[in-house]
Amino acid sequence: MAYVAIADRDDPHAMHHPKSFVTRYIWSQDHKVIAIQYSLIAIAVGLVALVLSGMMRLQLGFPDTFSFIDPADYYQFITMHGMIMVIYLLTALLLGGFGNYLIPLMVGARDMVFPYMNMLSVWVYLLAVIVLMASFFVPGGPTGAGWTLYPPQAILEGTPGASWGIILMLVSLAIFIVAFTMGGLNYVTTVLQARCRGMTLMRMPLSVWGIFMATVLGLLAFPALFVSAVMMTLDSLIGTSFFMPAIVSLGETESYDGGSPILFQHLFWFFGHPEVYIVALPAFGIVSDLLSTHARKNIFGYRMMVWAILAIGGLSFVVWAHHMYVSGMNPYFGFFFATTTLIIAVPTAIKVYNWVLTLWRGDIHLTVPMLFSIGFIFTFVHGGLTGLFLGNVVVDVPLSDTYFVVGHFHMVMGVSPILVIFGAIYHWFPKITGRMYNDSMGKLHFWLTLLGTYSIYLPMHYLGILGVPRRYFAMGTTDFIPDSAQAMNAGITVSAIIVAVVQIVFIVNMAWSVFKGKKSGGNPWRATTLEWQTPQTPPEHGNWGEKLPVVYRWAYDYSVPGAKEDFIPQNEPPEAGVIAGREHGVEHS
Amino acid sequence: MANELPGHGGDAALNDGLGGVVTDWSGDKQTFPVPWGKAMMWIFLLSDTFIFGSFLTSYMTVRMTTTVPWPNASEVFALTIAGNHVPLLLIAIMTFVLITSSGTMALAVNYGYRRDKKKTAMLMLATAILGATFVGMQAFEWTKLIVEEGVRPWGNPMGAPQFGSTFFMITGFHGLHVSAGVVYLLVVARRVMNGFYDRKGTYETVEVTGLYWHFVDLVWVFIFAFFYLW
Repeated sequence: MAYVAIADRDDPHAMHHPKSFVTRYIWSQDHKVIAIQYSLIAIAVGLVALVLSGMMRLQLGFPDTFSFIDPADYYQFITMHGMIMVIYLLTALLLGGFGNYLIPLMVGARDMVFPYMNMLSVWVYLLAVIVLMASFFVPGGPTGAGWTLYPPQAILEGTPGASWGIILMLVSLAIFIVAFTMGGLNYVTTVLQARCRGMTLMRMPLSVWGIFMATVLGLLAFPALFVSAVMMTLDSLIGTSFFMPAIVSLGETESYDGGSPILFQHLFWFFGHPEVYIVALPAFGIVSDLLSTHARKNIFGYRMMVWAILAIGGLSFVVWAHHMYVSGMNPYFGFFFATTTLIIAVPTAIKVYNWVLTLWRGDIHLTVPMLFSIGFIFTFVHGGLTGLFLGNVVVDVPLSDTYFVVGHFHMVMGVSPILVIFGAIYHWFPKITGRMYNDSMGKLHFWLTLLGTYSIYLPMHYLGILGVPRRYFAMGTTDFIPDSAQAMNAGITVSAIIVAVVQIVFIVNMAWSVFKGKKSGGNPWRATTLEWQTPQTPPEHGNWGEKLPVVYRWAYDYSVPGAKEDFIPQNEPPEAGVIAGREHGVEHS
Repeated sequence: MANELPGHGGDAALNDGLGGVVTDWSGDKQTFPVPWGKAMMWIFLLSDTFIFGSFLTSYMTVRMTTTVPWPNASEVFALTIAGNHVPLLLIAIMTFVLITSSGTMALAVNYGYRRDKKKTAMLMLATAILGATFVGMQAFEWTKLIVEEGVRPWGNPMGAPQFGSTFFMITGFHGLHVSAGVVYLLVVARRVMNGFYDRKGTYETVEVTGLYWHFVDLVWVFIFAFFYLW
């Protein structure tokens, strides 16, 4: 008898369904449970980072007011806020959370290809989070080196957390990378090898494409971070000099000699720039599906959307040094990286045009997921355009290390993916729980979050052009910054506090709706993709019951002329008299 | 019609050139005609390549940035046998052992596909022993460097401190890979012996193990070239 892997078996009884509470909800190998575990851990640690940002804003908005924030605390807040948000929240939630939940369901598989490894992934991730959180309780506190952890300052005395905090940070990152690799190998292999019959790559929903490409980027970019974490740990613990040149620090000559701090910057940004797209590509993909579903219209230019995802992924590996224009590198180097950086705007712009054209003359339903998706288009265009400024060497050099940069990257990789994440949570909440969220609370949450974040980050661009430097504990008095900048800072802080508090609405809505929400039914959005066609809602272990689905069409057959309904599920066989839908531009006759 | 599985548009499948390649790859099937475990191992090895690539690039960078002269590798790694000074002798033997182990591994894969349980397990065991020998010789080399030559990760008497740092870090990381591979080989060899793969119906795991083992050998070739010959 030929061996048939679990996800290919039609008979679900071969899957050894878990019986006890512990194997079902704790040591679970079900991708859906793992996804929820990943998401809850990520959201919990993200709330910590949200509180940290609130503390930073209190200090910036009202300096000399809060005696419990001293400069060292401030740097620790900045560092932990940045690292948690980028790695432990966004990466983990988009890939570990949405990737785990959506990939098997959307490609018609019973589970990830290696469920046991998938389970290990989430528990190792939890270990990474615990190590990171432990740094709040060690002598000296967490590291305050800035989220980029640049040496030599990151491990020299005088930087907060230079003894224990930085080590725990680096160890936690290394553990995270192990966890990510175990999950990521699963995601990539599942997409490539475990699709159900009929699900060609060019019929996959864009969500899967985005998550897939982001995972590939992660598998190739995280190694550079892993290596730099190992090397900096050695520098700090046993006194090697990989990144450490000869230094006189606090009047004393350090024992380091001959290392290269710039090497760290190259390694870090070789990871760091693809990381931007590890966060952005899943958001791109998910928002495409949300827009198409809630505008009842096929995604505009599906084929181009896929190629744009691939092109962005490829290009993201050759733009890293645009983070290092002020490191004193060769001007020709800067010229090269400015060119590649501006080229990456082309596929990105294609995506934006296609989103807008998907909305154009669509039957737009202003549901909560749709509102968040449209909000994303605004914030992303905004953040993308300021990226064009910063990609040019001559414009970047004066703006570097000002609030312009803070405004830019929060718009493009903070607010934008977060809006998509909220939209996606509202969109898939009925599938995950079988219940509907409260619509009014969702809309309140959207408007306050969108307007609130805009009033945080838009003024920051202006502050940056004024010359207000980032990472300063307090501005004091200067000649070149008018006093009114402080009034603006206070205003930003008020908005930030409001936005932070508004998230309670979201949490209450979710917590209440899980138990008390209206029953949603299996396909409340009348969507075409496979996850909405499962026999049960929420899908049971094994996803598909007796028979695996068979796919006959692409994921975007909305409002097909002549069809009975305004959507045709992917697993619906073709029917006489109905045009089979336009499969990404190929007319079927 | 309903039972017919519409693959990717029929006309497109006939395309020649790049379009045809894309259509074929993205078709209604597994993208690569290999078992899942093998596909996953290839992807993992690609990721691991980036780890060793970053390590070796970093090594080259610090070798260029340090202002202190780099020690002469063929002198440092020389052995004196019966009064004769032989440069790189130990490393030559280590490399020979590791490359030989790739040969026994390849034979093991071959016998695995012939379902010859005993020969497969024996050859895997031989591979593991050769791997363990390599790690043992590496331990000898490290001991000699640390105890006799006074090389430390943070400094050494011969020249640039980065020599010791990069050497211990990169060969150590590679040694960990070899050690993990030895354990992996022993586990799979045991399963070969107790008939696990006969029951499973395929010996593909032997080949997947082999992929990992050949990769570790290949990495050694690069480490050898960059560290000892440069």
